[in-house]
Amino acid sequence: MDPMAAIRETFFQECEEQLSELEGGLMRMETGETDQETVNAVFRAVHSIKGGAGAFGLEDLVRFAHVFETTLDQVRAGRLDPSASTMRLMLRASDALADLVRCAREGTMPDEAQTTSLAAALKALTNDGMAEGIGAEDDDDGLGDLNFLPLAVAVEQETMPDAGWVITFRPLAALYANANEAALLLREVGMLGPVSVTVDTSSLPDFGDLDPEGAYLTWTIMLQTDCDEAAIRAAFEFVEDDCDLVISRAADRPAEAGLVQVRPDEDAAGVVADVRVLDGDEAAPASSFADIPSDADVLAIIRKAQESVSAPHDDRPVAVGGGAVAPVAAQSRPEARGGTDGPASRSDSGAAVGATIRVDLDRVDRLIDLVGELVINEAMLSQRVMEAGLARASGVAAALDELEHLTREIQDSVMAIRAQPVRSVFQRMPRLVREVAAMTGKQVRLLTDGEGTEVDKTVIERIADPLTHMIRNAIDHGLEPTEARVAAGKPEEGVVKLTALHRSGRIVIEVADDGAGIDRERVKAKAIEKGLIAPDAQLNDEETDNLIFLPGFSTASTVSDISGRGVGMDVVRRSVQSLGGRISIASRPGAGSTFTLSLPLTLAVLDGMVVSVAGHTLIVPLSAIIETLQPQAATVHTLGMDARVVAMRGRYIPLVDVSVALGYRDAPLDADKSVALLVEGEGGVRAVLIVDAIQGQRQVVIKSLEANYRAVPGIAAATVMGDGRVALILDVDAIVSVTRTERLRGDGLRAEPTLSQAG
Amino acid sequence: MIKTVLTVDDSRTMRDMLRLSLVEAGFRVVQAEDGVHGLEVLRDETPDVIVTDINMPRMDGFGFIEAVRRDAAWRSTPVLVLTTEVDAEKKSRAKAAGATGWIVKPFDPVKLVDVIRRVAA
Repeated sequence: MDPMAAIRETFFQECEEQLSELEGGLMRMETGETDQETVNAVFRAVHSIKGGAGAFGLEDLVRFAHVFETTLDQVRAGRLDPSASTMRLMLRASDALADLVRCAREGTMPDEAQTTSLAAALKALTNDGMAEGIGAEDDDDGLGDLNFLPLAVAVEQETMPDAGWVITFRPLAALYANANEAALLLREVGMLGPVSVTVDTSSLPDFGDLDPEGAYLTWTIMLQTDCDEAAIRAAFEFVEDDCDLVISRAADRPAEAGLVQVRPDEDAAGVVADVRVLDGDEAAPASSFADIPSDADVLAIIRKAQESVSAPHDDRPVAVGGGAVAPVAAQSRPEARGGTDGPASRSDSGAAVGATIRVDLDRVDRLIDLVGELVINEAMLSQRVMEAGLARASGVAAALDELEHLTREIQDSVMAIRAQPVRSVFQRMPRLVREVAAMTGKQVRLLTDGEGTEVDKTVIERIADPLTHMIRNAIDHGLEPTEARVAAGKPEEGVVKLTALHRSGRIVIEVADDGAGIDRERVKAKAIEKGLIAPDAQLNDEETDNLIFLPGFSTASTVSDISGRGVGMDVVRRSVQSLGGRISIASRPGAGSTFTLSLPLTLAVLDGMVVSVAGHTLIVPLSAIIETLQPQAATVHTLGMDARVVAMRGRYIPLVDVSVALGYRDAPLDADKSVALLVEGEGGVRAVLIVDAIQGQRQVVIKSLEANYRAVPGIAAATVMGDGRVALILDVDAIVSVTRTERLRGDGLRAEPTLSQAG
Repeated sequence: MIKTVLTVDDSRTMRDMLRLSLVEAGFRVVQAEDGVHGLEVLRDETPDVIVTDINMPRMDGFGFIEAVRRDAAWRSTPVLVLTTEVDAEKKSRAKAAGATGWIVKPFDPVKLVDVIRRVAA
C-alpha cells in the first residue's frame, strides 16, 4: 500500500477511537464529571482529529473541528459552563463530527445544513459564555492557520540589480537559552544570496566578567539578494523576540567605509560570504569561503572572535551556543545518560502496549471452518474406533481422548480470535438514543452495562440491527411522552437500559425501559382488527404481549418517522432467530417492558446431546437441557384430549413427544418406554421432551439448514455426524412453546399463532 | 552523518506522517507518545532535534520542553513545537518553556524538513 494511503487508514481508525473517547467523555461531563482530566481528554480528541484532518486537506472536517475545539477550550478554561443544554449540544456536535469523519472516509458529501447550524450554535455558545468576547479571533474560521506556512514565501519583486540589505543582528541571551544559534541564522541568511558578515565584539567584557549564558556580539550582514524583507525576516522567525534586528536597504544606509565591504558574487559556486571580524577600528579579513558557510566555517568565525578577546578555546565562548558547545555537550551525554538502564530495557517501552497483528478476517474464517472439519473428523474417527470394537481402555481409545481434548482446545482458541466485547455495538446506541429522543421530543437517558461481554464477531455484526430497532421502539413506543410521565408521577426523563451478560453459554442482551408497559387491551384490539386472532380468543398476558411479534402487527396508529420504516418486531424476531437466538418480552403495565435477546456466543459450534427419535438422529442443544430422566407411568397425567404433563417435584410440566411434534410418528410413545429430557426454553418455560434414546454428548459444527436447504419449523440447524450423515439440531424453544402435542409442521403454526409465537 | 530526530506526539497518524517524511529526508527517527514517554526515550537516545506536540496526555508539550531544558545535557538541543495553534499566547508560552521554533500543523513535509534543517547544527 502507498504509505500515505496507509497513514490515511490509520488516521480514520484513530478518528474512531477519538470519537468514542469524545462521546464517552462528553457523556461523563453530562453527568457532572467535569474534572480537568475528562475535559482535557475531550479537548484532545477533537484537537487530534482536527490535526490529522488538516494533514489530509479535509477542510470541512477541520473547519467544524476548529469551532468545536474553540468551544471546548472555553469550557477547559472555565469560561463556559458545561450546563446540561451545553452538553446536549456538544454531544450533537460530536455526532456531526462523526458524520464528517465518515463522509471524509467514504468521500461522500456531509449534511452541510446540519454542520452549519451546529457550528453556529457552538459559536453562539462561546459568545454567550464569554463576558468580554474574543474579538478578532471570532472571525477566524480555522482556516486561517491552515494557510500559515512555517516559512514566509518570498514574494517576487522586480529585479533590482543593486538590491542589497544591511542586517544588524544582536542576539539576546534568551536566543541561546532556547537552543537557537547565531551561526545557524547566519547560514540561513547566507542561503538568500551572497553575504558579507562582520561581527562586532566590542561589547565583550573581560573574560573574568563573561557570563557564559550572556550575549555580547552584534553581527552585521551585508546581503546581496532580490528577496524582500519578509524573506529575510523569515530566517529570524523563531528568534524575532530574542534579538535586536534591524533590516534596511543598503542604499538607504551610507556605507561605513572601512568597516564593511560588499563583494558581489564572482564565484561559480553562487554564494560567497566574506566574513570580517571587527575589533575596534581594525578590520581584518577572517576567512573567505564558497557556498553556504559550514559549521566549521562558522566555528572559525567564532574562534576568531574568541582570539580577538584572548578567550581560551576550551571553555564555553561568548555564549554563541551550539556550534561551539555541541562537542562538549556530546561528551557530557554518555556520563549523564549511560547510567542505570541499559538501552535494551528502555527502547521497547513504547512498543509494549498490546502487541497485536491485523489479520484478514477471511483467514480466520477459513481457520474456523477447518477446525470445524477437524471436529467432525475427530468424531468420525472416534466412531470408527468404536465400531472396530476396540476396548475403551486400549491405547487407541486413550489417544483418541487426547485428540478430542486437543481438538476442543484448538477450537476454543480459534473462536477466541474472533471474540469481541459487545462494546462496539453498544457504543453506537447513545447516538441513536439522542436522535430518537430529539425526534420524539422525549427526554431519555441510556444506561449500559456489561459492555465488555465478549461474543463472536459473527454474532456482534448481526445484533446491531435488532438492537437498534428495539431501542428505537423502547423510546418511541415504550416511553410515555413527558407530560404523561409527569402525570403518572414518574421523572420527566425516561430510562432505557441496555445490558449484556453471559448466561449458560449464551449471551443475553436486555433492552429495558421504564415506560408504560405494553397496552394489552390495545394490542389485542389491534390483533383482532388485523385478523391475526379470533375475536373471542382467550389469551393470557404473555400470549398477548407476544402478539407484537406477529408479521404485520404495529401498535402505532400513525406511521411515525422512527419506527415506520417497514420493519416490525416480526422482522426483529426473525433476524434474532436466524442467529440461533430467541427474543422474549416481560412487561408490567405502568412500569415498563424488558425485551430479552438470548444468542449463542458463536454461530459455528454447539454442545449437543445426541438422541434418536423414530430412527432419526437429532441433536438437542446442551445449554437447554436441565436433566435427563426416565418418567414413570404413574407420574404422567393426561389433560383434556391429548395434552400430557409429568409431575416433577410438586409441579406439573408439559410433556412433548418430539417424534410427534416433528411429524415422525402419529401417536405418542408411552412415556415410560422412552427417555425424557427436562429442558428450559426462553423465559424459563420448562417442558419434558420425550425421545427414543440418548446416544451421547457431542460438540457439533453448526451448518445452516436455511442456507443449504430451507427453514424447517422446530429445527434450528443441521450438522454432520461422525458417520458422515446429516443430523438435525432441535429448536428447543419452538418445541417448548408447543405445550400440546400438535405437530409443528404444516398448518399447525398458522392455526395457533399465539402459541407458536410465544418463543 | 545521519541526524536523529525525536518526535513526541500522541496521535498515531501524526507519528506515522512524521516518520514517513523524516525517514524519506534521510533522518533517523525515534518516537514517543507523550511527554513522559519522551523523557524516557531521552534516557537512551541523543537526538539532534526534538519535535514535540503540545496537547498530549500525561505530560503536555510545555511540560516536556521545560523538563528537557532543565537537564543540562539537552540545553542546546533544538526543540521544535509541532502545533495547530497559531495563537501568539501559546507560542510565547512555548518559547518561555524553551522551544527553539515551531512548525504549524498541518505540515508540509518539505517545509518540515526545512525547519529542522534550519535549527539543526
